[in-house]
Amino acid sequence: MEMPPSASATRVDVPRALKDAAIAGLLAFGMFLPLIGFRTYQTMSNELALEGRPGLLAIFVGLVMAASLLGSLVVRPLAERRAAMRKPGASVHAARMRATIAKWFTPFALGFMVLYPFMVWSFAGTQGSVKWIDNFGIQVLIYIMLGWGLNIVVGLAGLLDLGYVAFYAVGAYSYALLAKEFGLSFWILLPLAGILSAFWGILLGFPVLRLRGDYLAIVTLAFGEIIRLVLINWVDFTNGYAGISSIPRPSFFGIPFNADDDGFAAVFGLEFTPLYRTVFLYYIILGLALLTAFVTLRLRRLPVGRAWEALREDEIACRSLGVNTTNTKLTAFATGAMFGGFAGSFFAARQGFISPESFTFVESAMILAIVVLGGMGSMIGVAIAAVVMIGGTEIMRDLDFLKLVFGADFDPTQYRMLLFGIAMVLIMIWKPRGFISTRDPTAYLKERKTVAATFVKEGRG
Amino acid sequence: MTNAPILTVEHLSMRFGGLVAVDDLSFSAREGEITALIGPNGAGKTTVFNCITGFYKPTEGRMALRHGNPAIFEELAALTASSLRSRHRQDGALYLLERMPDYLVTQKARVARTFQNIRLFRGMTVLENLLVAQHNPLMKASGMTLFGVFGLPVYTHAEHHAEEKAAKWLERIDLLDRADDPAGDLPYGAQRRLEIARAMCTDPVLLCLDEPAAGLNPRESAELNDLLLSIRDETGTSILLIEHDMSVVMQISDHIVVLDYGVKISDGVREEVRNDPKVIAAYLGVEDEEVEKVSSEVGL
Ligand SMILES: Nc1ncnc2c1ncn2[C@@H]1O[C@H](COP(=O)(O)OP(=O)(O)O)[C@@H](O)[C@H]1O
Ligand SMILES: [Mg+2]
Repeated sequence: MEMPPSASATRVDVPRALKDAAIAGLLAFGMFLPLIGFRTYQTMSNELALEGRPGLLAIFVGLVMAASLLGSLVVRPLAERRAAMRKPGASVHAARMRATIAKWFTPFALGFMVLYPFMVWSFAGTQGSVKWIDNFGIQVLIYIMLGWGLNIVVGLAGLLDLGYVAFYAVGAYSYALLAKEFGLSFWILLPLAGILSAFWGILLGFPVLRLRGDYLAIVTLAFGEIIRLVLINWVDFTNGYAGISSIPRPSFFGIPFNADDDGFAAVFGLEFTPLYRTVFLYYIILGLALLTAFVTLRLRRLPVGRAWEALREDEIACRSLGVNTTNTKLTAFATGAMFGGFAGSFFAARQGFISPESFTFVESAMILAIVVLGGMGSMIGVAIAAVVMIGGTEIMRDLDFLKLVFGADFDPTQYRMLLFGIAMVLIMIWKPRGFISTRDPTAYLKERKTVAATFVKEGRG
Repeated sequence: MTNAPILTVEHLSMRFGGLVAVDDLSFSAREGEITALIGPNGAGKTTVFNCITGFYKPTEGRMALRHGNPAIFEELAALTASSLRSRHRQDGALYLLERMPDYLVTQKARVARTFQNIRLFRGMTVLENLLVAQHNPLMKASGMTLFGVFGLPVYTHAEHHAEEKAAKWLERIDLLDRADDPAGDLPYGAQRRLEIARAMCTDPVLLCLDEPAAGLNPRESAELNDLLLSIRDETGTSILLIEHDMSVVMQISDHIVVLDYGVKISDGVREEVRNDPKVIAAYLGVEDEEVEKVSSEVGL
């Protein structure tokens, strides 16, 4: 077989690679020296002492240099050769392949999510599976739902909202307070919490109608903080920092999940285990998330949804076509907030305890990161990003095998944020517009073609 | 043939701080005609459009648009005295545009516009662009979204109708085979035509075009002339046109208004304006005294 003419151009340049690796190592040394090179601890006499950790520092710097060498000696030449060898027909083939994957991905993912608790159950047994269904499955689904809710505001309407967690909080506190005060059931309070959140969404919407971009981001950020501060300081109403505990849990059509004689296990003649409640909660949040997806997909194909996207593309043009942009923005805020409220009331019902600590800015940032990483506007992309980010952090809680690399006193949870940040930077380098950056048109005459990312405006307000 | 006015602009002034962009401008656009607004760069033409379409609130002046019977203009004094935006009668309606926000000018008074710098929804397909333009009737058909979410036939029927209307316009501007491509992917000339079709999808009685021929080659420019003439003749929509390209202006406009430094310097049919020394001077950049000299020489 003939070598393509450009093969010589992709020959590896070893001295150059070594130089790059050295520079990367130097940078890593500078960065990690204060972060990892030292550790403070308290001595027996309660004094703070400094301890050097040269070994750990060396491992990190070594890893960075190795990654740099690997990149310039193996990955890049390979990628270049592949690009040079690519035949004209290959891209058509790749596109067809991608289309097939896209076609089967959604049904496969849906089936997986529905069967997930049973698969975990059969693999990990009754004892082990609670963790995987609760910490992993339910947690990821909550964030998928929050991501999809925020996606309406940021991804579709293009309004940068940094205070989304406020609506999550409104939903959670609505459920917690109303359930405790009036003893109303979860299924009545769920829509009520959604409506209350939507109301707050409109309330936030009004003052920010004229703001765009950075200014909008700042005001929504402030709104999120105001809600949190109210929750902290209005002690009579919210119990302040201490939060609200023993929030009623959802029951199975009136049958509680407990070890009593009229509990779920007893009624159905099963042996009691907390797993039943967990599985039940899993299916509730799965249902809520799918409802969010269904409604959003439907709305996108309706005039409201098209107006949201048109607003993201060009607000002035929207107004010149007779679109009431005030209403369009308010419906986007309200719809997004409503799904945040649903998720919030589910969160309160699942935890049984809530406090302002669960609704900090970091939470808003996390949800926004999921939307950005997933690809703004793309529902599948957002779901993938939620699995990667939330699933990733949950897995990192027990990365005990890392102790084999870094020594026995290495605590992986302390490095979560660091690893998280590195992963995000890498993903943004690899896919600057998120996992799925193409846009699906909402109507077509002859053929549905996806819109390439370069044409689509990003939700920067 | 002198048709009745559909739009009258009276004593319109727009000041930005100390700058007088439009100074006491009065003119009218007649029904079923193409009225051209011309003038050198910075003369205030776009500003006039922004006032008519509600994007700017004019410092002073009255802009009245009518639907239906021309006799409705009798109501103008009464409408102005009231604090209302419009007055409706059995045989028509009268709107005071300076009292309406931009989106209502399109939605209620049915004035549509295009922009000097094309403003398409680039990330949406050509078809979607034309569907957004039909937002208001579709929104009504979707029962403010409720019927739509449940996929009721009322809505699916309306959407089908909207797609047909879009297809009709795409055929007319020769873009039917690009219907499912992103608008940002179209060549420049096609984008200009699409923007006009999008404005027409709002069913306007008055179409305002801001330099539609800018950047077009001579062949595209000739096609644009045909499109505008066919819009005028077949849909009966009146057109208000800002244009630099004299070949377009002189070939298709029924009536020309000339602006210079925000002031109207000429107003009339093609021949009158073409031979007006003030217009020639403004376009050639001649000083005022010379204009007077030229005027006296030609005996004005
Ligand atoms: N929003 C604005 N703020 C300040 N000055 C403006 C604004 N819009 C237009 N102008 C000024 O008004 C004058 C007329 O502008 P414009 O109407 O765009 O001219 P034309 O369209 O005839 O070329 C210019 O001097 C321009 O700088
Ligand atoms: Mg202009």
